[in-house]
Amino acid sequence: MNVFLQQLINGLSLGSVYALMAVGYSLVYSILNFSNFAHGGVIMLGAYFGLYAMTLLPLPLLGGLIVAALCCGLVAVTLEKIAYSPLRRRNAPSLYFIISAMGASIFLENIVVATIGPTFKTYPTVFEKTAIQIADISVNKIDLMMFVIAAISLLILVFILGKTKIGLAIRASSYSSRGATLMGVNVDRVIFVIFMIGGVMAGFAGMLFGMRYTVYPQIGIITNKSFIAAVFGGLGSLPGAVIGSILLGVIETFAASSVSNYRDLIAFVLLILVLVIKPSGLMGKVVEDKA
Amino acid sequence: MAWYYLEGILILCGINVMVVLGLSLLTGFTGLFSFGHAGFMAIGAYVSASLTTMLHWPFIPAVVAGGLVAMLMSFIIGGLTLNLKGDYFCIATLGFGEAIRLILNNVQTFGGARGMASIPLKSSLVAVYAFVIIGVIFMWFLIRSRHGRNMVAIREEELAAQAIGINVFRYKMLSLAASALYAGIGGALWAHYLTFINPAMFMLTKSTEMTIMVIIGGLGSITGSIVGTFFLTFLPEAFREFADWRMVVYGAAVIAVMALRPQGLLGGIEFSPKGIIKWITTSGKSKKAQVKTPVEGGKA
Repeated sequence: MNVFLQQLINGLSLGSVYALMAVGYSLVYSILNFSNFAHGGVIMLGAYFGLYAMTLLPLPLLGGLIVAALCCGLVAVTLEKIAYSPLRRRNAPSLYFIISAMGASIFLENIVVATIGPTFKTYPTVFEKTAIQIADISVNKIDLMMFVIAAISLLILVFILGKTKIGLAIRASSYSSRGATLMGVNVDRVIFVIFMIGGVMAGFAGMLFGMRYTVYPQIGIITNKSFIAAVFGGLGSLPGAVIGSILLGVIETFAASSVSNYRDLIAFVLLILVLVIKPSGLMGKVVEDKA
Repeated sequence: MAWYYLEGILILCGINVMVVLGLSLLTGFTGLFSFGHAGFMAIGAYVSASLTTMLHWPFIPAVVAGGLVAMLMSFIIGGLTLNLKGDYFCIATLGFGEAIRLILNNVQTFGGARGMASIPLKSSLVAVYAFVIIGVIFMWFLIRSRHGRNMVAIREEELAAQAIGINVFRYKMLSLAASALYAGIGGALWAHYLTFINPAMFMLTKSTEMTIMVIIGGLGSITGSIVGTFFLTFLPEAFREFADWRMVVYGAAVIAVMALRPQGLLGGIEFSPKGIIKWITTSGKSKKAQVKTPVEGGKA
């Protein structure tokens, strides 16, 4: 029972970081209808921004998180301006967006390799690696922190989407961006905001992931799992992405204890299963092409 | 420049052309985007290498078998995802490429992470270019056939293509299968040129590198893809000292191409004997034999 609870908590904390990644991806997918494969690059930069904010400036943990989030938001918005908005203006097919995203992801990854170098870096120790004892369960402090920070930022996002005017605009645009434009929604601004939100979440995710493990230029590959989690939860559905991510994190943690060599394969097996059984995912809507 | 060195690069060009031709059909002509072609290459390489080293098959049947097994795998990926609307195919190929690499990393029959060594060196210049020439001719006729035109129709406007009675799923599947076959053969030739393979050679970056060649060369152009491949295979040899910056420049180039000239270097334009003669006789007044340019703005 103890082992079970412990694994569950580990899985939840891993899943919540996947969820932070999947949110940014899912928001963009729901409005622009393409997979933003450059998201991994932004997450990777988040890990580096946080690292340098904490070692060079030296800022405390919270300061590092804020710097990483703001810088990532800026990067994501700039990326949209340079790579996607020319395509958006031309009404280009989504294939072109995906290609542009691929280019951006290669660019971001390799500019870090070329300037900082491909070596592994580690964060300064913020917490000692001790565990907290709650009843019989011991929880790693950093895992707990990952979960708390991810949960707080997701709750803030839910508030923004549900209660604010811009949140309403985002929801309207994801339903139909043309219809939203006709109702007076400034879709350009909505897109700016979703890239900003995605970037901020990516900054958090990157930094938390970097602290838990190590920082290296290919860390963005981890986002592949959040793409798969988004399919698992239902492509284009935000609650689906969050639930899918958390479930993936939990399943991975449990399965990893028995088949550790194939740990990274679990996400793919899950993807195949979802595609065979219920391609629309847990919460997905069936998408029909409207002419 | 020593001939030996030049020959090596030319063989690599030929192998890359094989893979890029397949990707060109898939991305340039059918409008599907794959992150998993390194996986198909890996399958081709491992299958053919096992056949020649363990079962002592002759070279050519082993290479063809490698391609066919890759094609069989593509039926599984395609069958699950190609009839779904959205980016399912893209994400599935992403997972597929990584999964193949992980499996190969852990299966000790194929050497695990160390990979396979002492594969016979069979990919000579003649052998590689024999495959390339057959591949180019087949692709040329496929694109110009009814099937090729159907694929282009799907790329341009899927819904309209379906409305005029094109079986969209079937043609997407055909395109994917053909491109997996090419990638498998390319991988098999690569294995028999390098004489060793390991899973790390078939990372995501290999897939993206191949896709970049298609994009720089031009979506929707066979000759463009070939020119792009030769260009991008020779270029790094000339700029060895900037090796670190190579991928940075590629990434920026892809964004720039998509923003400024999405048809790439030669998008939609094919070199053909007829076209060149026409171009010479009319001395630059008319355009080169213009075939299908990707038209934008189809989707509202």
